[in-house]
Amino acid sequence: MDKQSGNPSRNAFTTRDVWKVYGEGATEVQALRGVDIDIPAGELVVLLGPSGSGKSTLLNILGGLDRASRGDVLFQGQNLAAMTDAQLTRYRRDHVGFVFQFYNLMPGLTAQENIELVTEIASDPMPPAHALDLVGLGDRGDSFPSQLSGGEQQRVAIARAVAKQPNVLFCDEPTGALDSNTGRAVLRVLKEVNEQLGATVLIVTHAAATADMADRVIHFADGRIRDIQRNPDKRDPSEIEW
Amino acid sequence: MTPLDRKLVRDLWRIKGQAAAIGAVIAVGVLLLVMMSGLVTSLDETRRAYYERYRLADVFAPVKRAPRHLLAELSALPSVAAVEGRITGHALIDLPGLDIPLRARVVSLPEFHTPRLNGFYLSAGRAPQSDRHDEILLLKGFAEAHSLRPGDTLDITLNGARHTLRIVGLAQAPEFLYTTAPGELMSDDARYGVMWISMQTLAAAYDLEGAFNEALLSIGRGAEPSAVIHAVDRLLEPYGGFGAYTVADHGSNRFISEEIASLRATAAAVPPIFLAVAAFLLYIVIFRMVEAERGQIGLLKAFGYSNLETAGHYFKLILAIAAGGATVGCVLGILAGRALIDLYLLYFKFPFLIFQLDPVSFIAAFSVSIGAASAGGVTVLRRVFRLTPAAAMQPPAPPRYRPLGDLARSLQSVLDQPSRMVVRRLTRQPGRMAGAAGGIAAGMALSVAMIGIMNGFNQAIDLTFNVIDQSDVSVTFNEPLSDTALDNLRRMPGVLDAQPARHVSAVLRHGVQRHLGVVSGLTTDARLYRAVDSGMAAVPLQAGGIVLAEALADILQVRVGDLLTLEVREGRRPTLRIPVTGIAQTLLGSPAYMELSALNRALGEPNRVSGAYLRLDSTHQNAVYRGLKDMPAVASVSLKQDARNALQTQMDSGAGAMRYIMMAVAGIITFGIIYNAARIAYAERARDLASLRVIGFSHREAAFVLLGELALVTLAALPLGAVLGYYLSFAVAAGFSTDLYQIPATVQPAGYGAAALAVIAAATLSGWLVKRDLDRTDLVSALKARE
Repeated sequence: MDKQSGNPSRNAFTTRDVWKVYGEGATEVQALRGVDIDIPAGELVVLLGPSGSGKSTLLNILGGLDRASRGDVLFQGQNLAAMTDAQLTRYRRDHVGFVFQFYNLMPGLTAQENIELVTEIASDPMPPAHALDLVGLGDRGDSFPSQLSGGEQQRVAIARAVAKQPNVLFCDEPTGALDSNTGRAVLRVLKEVNEQLGATVLIVTHAAATADMADRVIHFADGRIRDIQRNPDKRDPSEIEW
Repeated sequence: MTPLDRKLVRDLWRIKGQAAAIGAVIAVGVLLLVMMSGLVTSLDETRRAYYERYRLADVFAPVKRAPRHLLAELSALPSVAAVEGRITGHALIDLPGLDIPLRARVVSLPEFHTPRLNGFYLSAGRAPQSDRHDEILLLKGFAEAHSLRPGDTLDITLNGARHTLRIVGLAQAPEFLYTTAPGELMSDDARYGVMWISMQTLAAAYDLEGAFNEALLSIGRGAEPSAVIHAVDRLLEPYGGFGAYTVADHGSNRFISEEIASLRATAAAVPPIFLAVAAFLLYIVIFRMVEAERGQIGLLKAFGYSNLETAGHYFKLILAIAAGGATVGCVLGILAGRALIDLYLLYFKFPFLIFQLDPVSFIAAFSVSIGAASAGGVTVLRRVFRLTPAAAMQPPAPPRYRPLGDLARSLQSVLDQPSRMVVRRLTRQPGRMAGAAGGIAAGMALSVAMIGIMNGFNQAIDLTFNVIDQSDVSVTFNEPLSDTALDNLRRMPGVLDAQPARHVSAVLRHGVQRHLGVVSGLTTDARLYRAVDSGMAAVPLQAGGIVLAEALADILQVRVGDLLTLEVREGRRPTLRIPVTGIAQTLLGSPAYMELSALNRALGEPNRVSGAYLRLDSTHQNAVYRGLKDMPAVASVSLKQDARNALQTQMDSGAGAMRYIMMAVAGIITFGIIYNAARIAYAERARDLASLRVIGFSHREAAFVLLGELALVTLAALPLGAVLGYYLSFAVAAGFSTDLYQIPATVQPAGYGAAALAVIAAATLSGWLVKRDLDRTDLVSALKARE
């Protein structure tokens, strides 16, 4: 996997007939039921759908946090489904950044240290202070998570995710716990990361308005893709109606 | 410092209370191990150095009267390195103000040189001058017990003649570390003294001019003592040799060795039990602590940290607690060992101290602590690593309900909602609850066993002085007398009852087993001093047999019906083959009993007694003492109360003293286990409890859900702890028992009750501490915290 290959003509991800099944017998739950998708590199993609539609499951599988029960998941031509645990670890370490709904910052570390936690092991990270500047928190590096507001915590989480200069940034309900103004600010940061760093950004959300800023919107229902829309007139996050 | 290490430091700081509680439990376990093994090593080393520095002889050869020129022949024997001939004897010291004369051993000092063997350590004053025959050295312990100082004079009866001698110095010696008057079991500094007197004075007193009555020999390294003893016995035979013996059979050394051996046995048996309990707790606690970190482990993995890096991080946390606890335990163990060894110095009367630590105990302490903690960590980490990072970051799936049986259903219908939550948690996570109950039970078992040991010591004293010996006073004669001497005693005003006894020193053999001890001849109708069985009933003495104490039967490996060889070391020195006809229960010493007249017949000395047990009218006690003091035939008078006190003192200051420390440690461990169980339960449920408060539960109701669980776990642990404690008490009792006294494993119902109360008290206190934290919880932050 070539970290520098940001060729927009190539797909970042290609999935073919991806299934995810939890449990078995009477308690079997089919979270994904044959998902085929191509996600071009460098795009900002929004996955929309109601709770339980399978969008977070797909995100986890694409991010190497979970494994598909069956089917192929290709990242830059490599099949994640066939990777060993160690290879998946390598993949997450070198290519992927995550932003979670509840920030998941380490409460015992300052904002700057939370970012260092990642830059420490990444192969080509940006300076942690730079990442903080990127999210507009250059002066809050010494604050602990408990001293930051929810929006600030989420921006630290984004800084942490982008500091390794990932090829892909995965965001699972990044604004789900935030008010509208803060939510817009967070989305603006994600847009900047997409544009300035050229990273592919995948946002899972059930806030339909977020779709207005995406290059591509993928609608999920019942573990399947219902619809894929291209969005020729992207709107700026500040214009999004919440 | 990497961010992960910084996280480690701050995590440790965050959980400092719990980390300290866990560390403390392992620390006290380690403390006990390090302290006891250090104590044993130090005592061993100090004894060795003391013996070597003051040249304690390897072979002692008592003889009636041997000419001094024989010493040259003795030193010419193969393997003999040095020889000293000396005169020893018994003396009576008449101290003003005491009704009973005190007995003492006297030992000659060579005329113009320091003793070649069996030297002394001068602790005050100076050594007697060669030309001053009235100067003596007095044993320091005896001098201190009677506030005697250099410059004081003593009235002493040597072989019937009175002398007034002047103390010029106080001394200690390796051969008199533990001094017992003949016929007594317990050492008492106040009642038995040792004096070093010029050879000339003693030679005159005992009519031994140009002669000696004890030869001391040292032999070369690696030489076989039995060959030397054989040669010495042959040389001394014509002069009335009593039979040479090695230092291993020397009374003082035997006692000291036995004490150190029993400390070593206790050190080997008991601290590992404590450490095992602490290790078990460490395993459980670390397991649950790491389990609580599941989300963070998942997050680290999501960032791309490998299993090895993540495990490494948590291992540092575990190591910090386990190794920290072990380190604190080692340091405290060294300090406690140092403090205790000073007490043991006083007890053993070593004039100096060599403090040494046992490196094995440190290795054992660290490997057990780290091993147990790591095992707990590895188990959880392996389980978490098996999950995908996505699953690990999710809170664990709610445990599944199982359809309930009719009984449980009907039980549930009578319970209110909070009680149901308590019951369900217990039934849904039986493994976790069993672990918690098991930990508390292990703590309680330690307390039960230690309470049992405390009882056992009291029972040993009670059996010895209230059941076996019901006399007030025992009298020893200078030499075996005809039984009319007994009538004289009986006739004394104030004497209510008198029972004759004959004690002879003998070697008992069975196969290769051998024991040098005393056989006591008692009458068949003995009332004041008797052999009793385990049911406290008198063991009948049969004319043709011998009754052995249980401990002695164990040493000799004999059972009732086996034939024993008895080599009597007095009088005609007969050798008897005699069957064992009974086993007696004794917890003190290892006595052997025969029927008095049968013993006398075997010795060819009919109707002889060497002493008597008396019961006195307490109002005439002092008159009887004065009367006994005036009887020339009486060598010694010993009061049961004094002996009882001496035993109590010994049990409280020798190896037995350890029981108090262990009792305290057992208490700390028990509390530590319960407190940790409460803390962990709270940590695991903090969010649930905050949720309960949010939906309208009162402080009390929320606390009930948490503390109800703790209460049920504690109640479940009580019977389990009692059963474990019952079995553990046997192991601990065996660890405390020595050849000198045996500690029975007896846990009284009250002992179980006391241990249960202690556990309940610890649970109540722990519950209160946790409830205090619960009451202070900020609801919003508790709900937000998702780590």
